[in-house]
Amino acid sequence: MSELTKLKIAEARDALRKGDVTSAELTEACLSAIEGAGKLNAFVHDTSEIARRQAEVADSRIKDGDAPSMCGIPLGIKDLFCIKGVPSQAASNILGGFKPEYESTVTTQLFGAGAVMLGKLNMDEFAMGSSNETSCYGNAVNPWRRGNDDEALTPGGSSGGSASAVSADLCLGATGTDTGGSIRQPAAFTGITGIKPTYGRCSRWGIVAFASSLDQAGPMTKDVRDAAIMLEAMCGHDPKDSTSADLAVPNFEAMLTGDIKGKTIGIPREYRMDGMSDEIDALWAEGRKMLEDAGAKVVDISLPHTKYALPAYYVIAPAEASSNLARYDGVRYGHRAKLSQGDGITEMYEKTRAEGFGDEVKRRVMVGTYVLSAGFYDAYYNRARKVRTLIKKDFEDVFAQGVDAILTPATPSAAFPLGMEVEDPVQMYLNDVFTVTVNLAGLPGISVPAGTDKQGLPLGLQLIGRPWEEGDLLNCAYALEQSAGFVAKPSKWW
Amino acid sequence: MSIDIETAARVAKLARIRVEEDELPALAQEFNNILGFIEQLQEVDVEGVEPMTSVTPMRLKRREDGVTEGGMAKTVLSNAPDAREGFFAVPKVVE
Repeated sequence: MSELTKLKIAEARDALRKGDVTSAELTEACLSAIEGAGKLNAFVHDTSEIARRQAEVADSRIKDGDAPSMCGIPLGIKDLFCIKGVPSQAASNILGGFKPEYESTVTTQLFGAGAVMLGKLNMDEFAMGSSNETSCYGNAVNPWRRGNDDEALTPGGSSGGSASAVSADLCLGATGTDTGGSIRQPAAFTGITGIKPTYGRCSRWGIVAFASSLDQAGPMTKDVRDAAIMLEAMCGHDPKDSTSADLAVPNFEAMLTGDIKGKTIGIPREYRMDGMSDEIDALWAEGRKMLEDAGAKVVDISLPHTKYALPAYYVIAPAEASSNLARYDGVRYGHRAKLSQGDGITEMYEKTRAEGFGDEVKRRVMVGTYVLSAGFYDAYYNRARKVRTLIKKDFEDVFAQGVDAILTPATPSAAFPLGMEVEDPVQMYLNDVFTVTVNLAGLPGISVPAGTDKQGLPLGLQLIGRPWEEGDLLNCAYALEQSAGFVAKPSKWW
Repeated sequence: MSIDIETAARVAKLARIRVEEDELPALAQEFNNILGFIEQLQEVDVEGVEPMTSVTPMRLKRREDGVTEGGMAKTVLSNAPDAREGFFAVPKVVE
């Protein structure tokens, strides 16, 4: 049975259509894999009853010949997605007990296509973090270890549970969300594929908001083909999200030819950071060679404002978060603090928010409050938005010069031990140094596993595409994947 | 720009997050670390640059200003920590 959970989405789809396997069988195999993987702490809310019901419906659809690609495919869903009647608390105590009366558009589309939900996945609280250590459910753990060393490593964040679950074959794919790198960094840390589409491709409706101008959902899967299949099911225009793009969604899978002859790939010199490890540098050089060998033209490019992306992000994201998270006031949903005699409404707000939010969330809400406060709005918030304009222009300039995609490392290091860096928030922020520019510029970006470090941990490369050209980007990633030939899997210890 | 304890207390108040007196110095220090990091933005020449309002050059969709859903007070209140007689209940606001 356990072999079934190792299937990729494309393989499972074909087996389901041929009648070689049923969704019920796939679903049971995943549910028992999840049951045996408590040590990874990837799944945090059990929805096995829903899964079994959905699998049954999927099987009868398949029998009737009405089977979209995702029909019968068991998935994990990040806790940030609202699911009707299922705990959806963004890994925060402030949403303890919250069961939405509505359903996110992305999951509505996935379930409409026949996908099966196995459970809700661990993540950083409100998607704020890069190591899954800010979760109210405790840390998610990376299935990968350094050789025989049994020290627990982070699966990355914020979509740490999604990354851990896909990497450990607990599900065939998972939803993630990415505000500064939260799909691509955990994908790189766990040897899987993760794509953040162009801002506006996926509806944000029903996804708990962190920084609305940066948040995008995307798939986390075992390979590029699966990412193409699952992304297509997640995308599409939604009148309920005013920033959702009214554009046709192409058949991404059909664009995976592996032929990138004549494409121009840019290598941005500003991404060569001081103190970057030799291994990351070597992997980047190998990636360049692979794309050249596949027939692409590789050119050096400059994105001059790269250095300012992280500081701009750490103004804009907290500013938007402070505004978005103002809704957690103990009135309409979630936690309300017990009040003392004589406490009024202000005490209710202050105590509720002090009890319900974790330290990192409080920090960001307060930093956001500060940069938006009278006297600092221009110096910080408006300046950061101007810098964001410049960062986006950097990309527009290189695309105008004919660059089709940009190759960078996905992360500055391999997965690090849990409990390492939480002492210094700024140190943790540096994890997103290669990914955050993509959110600021609204572009699609994909992380592809491309090799391992000397301790055997996976490393990823990132490709950044032109806006709305996810199909081309996926094809480029497919070519890179084929050359890299990354097939390593973590050995089971959990 | 350095944040003192008084400013930290004011920000916590604005954010409606209770921070105990003895936690304020550590909080002020954290703010200073983070603001020190974002201080780099002051180096950038932003003369004549428009602050970004939308990352994609699309015009926000308009819709008809009409009721699309409604009449579901019970559903709306279903997650409230305290709901009474069809309303959200809160501590006394007006004396």
